Amino acid sequence: MVRLEQRPSPSAFWTYATPILAVLATMVAGGVLFALLGTNPVAVIRTIFWDPLFGEFAFYYRGQLLVKAGPLILIAIGLSMGFRAGIWNIGAEGQYIMGAICGAGAGLAFYPSESFLIFPVMIIAGALGGWAWSMIPAILKTRFGTNEILVSLMLVYVAENILASVSSGLLRNPEGQGFPGSRNLRNWDAAANTEIITGSGMHWGVVAAFIAVILAYITLSRHMLGFQIRLTGESPRAARFASVNPTALILICMGLSGALAGLAGLFEVAGPAGQISIDFNSGYGFTAIIVAFLGRLNPIGILLAGLLLALTYIGGEAAQSNLGLPSAAIQLFQGMLLFFLLAMDVFANFRLRFGRVGVS
Amino acid sequence: MDLSSINAASLIASLMVASTPILLAALGEMVVEKAGVLNLGVEGMMIAGAVCGFVIAVETGSPLAGFAFAAFGGAVLSLLFGVLTQYLLSNQVATGLGLTLFGLGLSALLGQGYVGQKAPPIARLDIPVLSDLPFVGPVLFSHDVMLYLSLAMVAGVAWWLKNARGGLILRSVGENHDAAHALGYKVVRIRLMAIMFGGACAGLGGAYLSLVRVPTWVEGMTAGAGWIALAIVVFASWKAGRVLLGAYLFGGITVLQLNLQAAGAKLPVVVLDSSPFVITIVVLVVMSSARNRAALAAPASLGRPFHASG
Repeated sequence: MVRLEQRPSPSAFWTYATPILAVLATMVAGGVLFALLGTNPVAVIRTIFWDPLFGEFAFYYRGQLLVKAGPLILIAIGLSMGFRAGIWNIGAEGQYIMGAICGAGAGLAFYPSESFLIFPVMIIAGALGGWAWSMIPAILKTRFGTNEILVSLMLVYVAENILASVSSGLLRNPEGQGFPGSRNLRNWDAAANTEIITGSGMHWGVVAAFIAVILAYITLSRHMLGFQIRLTGESPRAARFASVNPTALILICMGLSGALAGLAGLFEVAGPAGQISIDFNSGYGFTAIIVAFLGRLNPIGILLAGLLLALTYIGGEAAQSNLGLPSAAIQLFQGMLLFFLLAMDVFANFRLRFGRVGVS
Repeated sequence: MDLSSINAASLIASLMVASTPILLAALGEMVVEKAGVLNLGVEGMMIAGAVCGFVIAVETGSPLAGFAFAAFGGAVLSLLFGVLTQYLLSNQVATGLGLTLFGLGLSALLGQGYVGQKAPPIARLDIPVLSDLPFVGPVLFSHDVMLYLSLAMVAGVAWWLKNARGGLILRSVGENHDAAHALGYKVVRIRLMAIMFGGACAGLGGAYLSLVRVPTWVEGMTAGAGWIALAIVVFASWKAGRVLLGAYLFGGITVLQLNLQAAGAKLPVVVLDSSPFVITIVVLVVMSSARNRAALAAPASLGRPFHASG
């Protein structure tokens, strides 16, 4: 007979051990799954987790690591602030799309100017686009008490429809022979989000992600806002007594996560993606939710978790081309990772007690 | 724009077909929420049901076997959520999201060999004289058996929750799990059963999508239907009859905007495509701002974890 006994406060050891155990458990469960699908599990795990870092073509893959991790970390940092305070913005995918559309649109309005101001204007427009999109659920929540989970999620589908519409309408490349998709920003120096160190994958979005990690860390550990966020998450009632303004907190957390998601979208469209197209978004907004949880909603943890999930993206692509694994397998892998993590959290919050309950 | 191309009888008939997936999923989720559990994984369970149902229906040639297996698949997936949230006391919001991501990945993997195939047709329940009636015939008496089953389930759930002893126990668990526990009811067990019922319903809804509505398998084919089902539960203030109303209203909007597009409406496609989602948001706002009526109707223990200490 196993009983759970609540710990007075979460165990520090298990808080750090569970993400590692969850990753290992996912590898084992994933291996079993691939064995059932008829592929060699050892080869799959090696292709996903080892070859991109140390294999034959590692020089190419290592650069990709930062390219994929940048947007994941940037979005997850924003989300983690809200999640800590119990504010569930799960529509980051939509905010990412709107940031990309607004940023690219603001830049393309000045085509073909070569002014050095264009890229900064695009960055601001991208952040504003994401911010504005996240303000819809935030204001509906504070004004009418509407559930922010459902509203922010519905807006992802609306954003996808807008993306499809502008890429074959408003932002379509006039010289593109009628094909959907905007001008390629990478061929336009003033707007291109270029690699800072060639071959490293380090572009401005990655720099922004690192800055966000540092600022988030300082905010959470040193700033009043960070204290209010943590207090609201751990005890909303105590937060009210400490005169935390819940309305302001919702607006700040949602706005922050929206702006960061918008920035991630802008850096992606001006850099690795290059153009606004119908299938521009690739699920970073949803994967970032896993990154935020795997990183324990802690900025440093998110940095590491972002790199790990970037690895699964890259390794997944390699496994797709080398082993013929379907792309969905990676999505499944990521979902499994979140499940194992949530399941193992029980060790952080509870003690396991064996034996029968004595009558007191 | 040529509105005369829209036939009222076939419009209503296709409205009912379009609404049934959402109706089934929303009905199941309502029972889950009545038991005090918020399962945000409806989308994942629906898509899993869609692929399970499709694969089995194609392999056996029997749509009904497909539906049965879809319900089973949805229930198994929901059991995962149930074990995590009820025994391991994980966060319900995060686990529900995880279930959706997991379900989307799993379904794409299972269905990859079946893309582009056609589902075996399901027999229509043509009733001799009644089906030939003008207007009423095509609207009411020429659907498939699953559609009638979904309507019967609405009536059954409404009656069961209100009048049956089991329904009363379920509601008490959702309103105050501590009191229910003190009375000796097995809170966790009851919630697990409710979660599995919800999973089975979502699976049926998904299978209706892939076997009747579309009827083929496309990756990610639920496209937000599960989330709309969650919104409909709020719209319905946790009442079975209103779930029916809500689902049919939203089905109506979907069918109407598709018909308007086909008839060449002057509205831009992006407005029409987004309309079901925008209208869902508007409805949520209206429901939540109406002097907190919706908040009062919500089960009091909704989303709160239960841990019997001692």
